[in-house]
Amino acid sequence: MSFITGVGLTSYGKHEGSSSLDLMSKAAEMAIADAGLKRSEIDGILCGYSTVSPHIMLATVFAEHFGIRPSYAHAVQVGGATGLAMTMLAHHLVDAGIVKHVLVVGGENRLTGQSRDASIQALAQVGHPDYEVTLGPTIPAYYGLVASRYMHEYGVTQQDLAEFAVLMRAHALTHPGAQFHEAITVADVMASKPVAMPLKLLDCCPVSDGGAAFVISRERTGSAGVKVRGAAQAHTHQHVTAAPALSELGAEISIAKAKAASGLTISDVRYAAVYDSFTITLAMLLEDLGLAKRGEAAAKVRAGYFGRDGEMPLNTHGGLLSYGHCGVGGAMAHLVETHLQMTGRAENRQVRDASIALLHGDGGVLSSHVSMFLERVR
Amino acid sequence: MNADWTKGGEGIVYQSCAACGTVQYFRRSFCAACGAPDPAEKSASGAGTVYATSLVCRAATPETRAHVPYNILLVDTPEGFRMMAHGDHDLAIGDQVSATYQPFAGRLIPYFAKAK
Repeated sequence: MSFITGVGLTSYGKHEGSSSLDLMSKAAEMAIADAGLKRSEIDGILCGYSTVSPHIMLATVFAEHFGIRPSYAHAVQVGGATGLAMTMLAHHLVDAGIVKHVLVVGGENRLTGQSRDASIQALAQVGHPDYEVTLGPTIPAYYGLVASRYMHEYGVTQQDLAEFAVLMRAHALTHPGAQFHEAITVADVMASKPVAMPLKLLDCCPVSDGGAAFVISRERTGSAGVKVRGAAQAHTHQHVTAAPALSELGAEISIAKAKAASGLTISDVRYAAVYDSFTITLAMLLEDLGLAKRGEAAAKVRAGYFGRDGEMPLNTHGGLLSYGHCGVGGAMAHLVETHLQMTGRAENRQVRDASIALLHGDGGVLSSHVSMFLERVR
Repeated sequence: MNADWTKGGEGIVYQSCAACGTVQYFRRSFCAACGAPDPAEKSASGAGTVYATSLVCRAATPETRAHVPYNILLVDTPEGFRMMAHGDHDLAIGDQVSATYQPFAGRLIPYFAKAK
């Protein structure tokens, strides 16, 4: 058994002058305080990576910097799925009795620490060095390819995809920590600059500075308990050239295994936190996970289904698309927001019922998937 | 040796496993499906069907920015593998295409146009 006992999240956007370690430390301090623990009680550390400050031993670099001597520590690299992969590992580590309190932390000054070109170039390297990167693709191009095929097979339109950007922006408007504070419309998305068609600028998440952290513990440390019910992964390929058919992608495999691990089904879910690096990512994953039928996710957005007051509130902080994306910390914000919702601390964003949540992360080009169910216990 | 665009030649090379018959595009010293060593290198016909397209309008390096916009494709070949390449801007999913070779960012790359 394991509980998420504390969460911490910085604002996303520009943190001029902050290093990756600064942002990780800030989030870690908040998460440990939220759990009601002292630094000395943290005996495990899992951290992600920083493209701005690459290091072969980031977890121990962080531990020394932060002032912890853990009995278990290493970095994890699964692209956008890293946060949930670390949480899944932490769950198993505390469940197996290896450690009592694992600090999971990610943070990066990706926006102010390097140029946008450098960020785009660094991320494009997830492609194959000989057979893909030589052709000048970018991460938006990899997802643009997937989008063109998904739209072709399921009749999804660019206007449909725009709905997801508008929804995430509407949610971000209610969170003071979000990177974007101006409302947008479907027309704005359609008129935004082409990046890698069919994806336009507002179909893409931004580059951000920020940090996020959680503490995963064997026992709850306060009255509110957010329990990890079950999690699972699937890894079908790395490169988009080697991806299986749309109907055989990893999200469907990992959600099936997570359902089995947790004993829960989609009809039990009351809150959803789903990876949204691009509008197409969110549309596809919602449908792969079974939160909407094929080709119908956009219609559900228009009907308010995924809104704060809808049947299945989704990424109420604004997601990667509008809260921001600082690398590993990016999708960790989804879990922080889920925790706040489950413990009734989401203020003006609070949903009626977040008793059972489904989280899903994606790394690479729909390459690596982690699905996780959380349950509020009293 | 077969002409191979990844090595500067005008050709598309793939591998075929003698043991299990699996075809793979990314070069390895073994078959990724069954593990058998030394899959045979073969030259593809250059024919294909467009599987996906994305017109890149924002590039990240000075070398690639000089070519913007360029259309990146995934092409399914009759030989049984999928490959990434460039192609004409008006190509649609399902189009039958054939390969030529064009310079891009200091290299020669496969470029597809509608088959005649």
